[in-house]
Amino acid sequence: MFFQESTPDTSGYMIAGYTVAFIVMALYVASIYVRSRNLQQDKALLEDIQETAPPVQMAAKPETRKRASNSAPNGTGKPVTKKSRKK
Amino acid sequence: MQPKPFALRIFDIAAILVLGIATYLALTAPTERVMGEVQKVFYFHVGTAWTALLGFILGGVFSVIYLITKNLKWDKFQVAAIEVSLVFFLITIVLGSIWARPAWNTWWTWDPRLTTAAITELIYIAYFMLRQGIDDPDRRARFGAVYALVGALSAPITFFAIRLFRTIHPVVIGGTNPEADGGFSMTSDMLTAFFFALFAFSIIFIDLFWNRIRLGDLQEKVEQLKLKISM
Repeated sequence: MFFQESTPDTSGYMIAGYTVAFIVMALYVASIYVRSRNLQQDKALLEDIQETAPPVQMAAKPETRKRASNSAPNGTGKPVTKKSRKK
Repeated sequence: MQPKPFALRIFDIAAILVLGIATYLALTAPTERVMGEVQKVFYFHVGTAWTALLGFILGGVFSVIYLITKNLKWDKFQVAAIEVSLVFFLITIVLGSIWARPAWNTWWTWDPRLTTAAITELIYIAYFMLRQGIDDPDRRARFGAVYALVGALSAPITFFAIRLFRTIHPVVIGGTNPEADGGFSMTSDMLTAFFFALFAFSIIFIDLFWNRIRLGDLQEKVEQLKLKISM
């Protein structure tokens, strides 16, 4: 190559090089975009789950109140035992 | 995700513009007499290599700051710098291989520069594999920081490999021996394209780095939400 008289035609390699460089960069930019979009979807979903979680806890409260009233029908607030029933 | 800051939008546009200008300058630069058109990949080859190696060192610096402060923000910065550098360095290696085929008559040779470059790339691929295997964020950040700090040593070794060992790879920046095999001089147009490519890839690096940090912020928020819900 170093004793040649004319410049070799290596334009094919140059085109391949620039094509690869642009493709790799474009793929990376696309990967950032896709990952960002997926994370935003995950975030929205998780926030929805978090928002819907409190009503589930609220629904549990009346049940516990009900149980408490069952356990103390005498209005004393104390649990019903054999002794309290005899009274 | 918070809307993009105005400065980042400017960087996005600037990155596309400088990439276009760098490509134009590289393609219209004078053709090298011995190697022909393929020599024009040199502008992107060196531009990406320069920013990638600096990015790996930057990752090492962020590792040190994380290990001192234990602030996860520096872990995000470290991951962003290394990920963008990894992509740039992949471009460097592929372009080098494409250039080597007509210049050295081979796609790959185990020359000191090529070998150290391949090892550096593999070290940082392993870095991401290591991080994938650890769930605890603090533990992952600590392991990642120590690994990145040790890995950062490979960047100067790669840079100085052609200055320390006998190699067929030309020394472009700071070459001391003008008669070294593979050395070449550049015309003013070539120098313009070369320095503009360095500038362009620095801008692109900053833009991608910033975007990657924002992605890291979002990942952190999602992880926190998952933890809250699972508790």
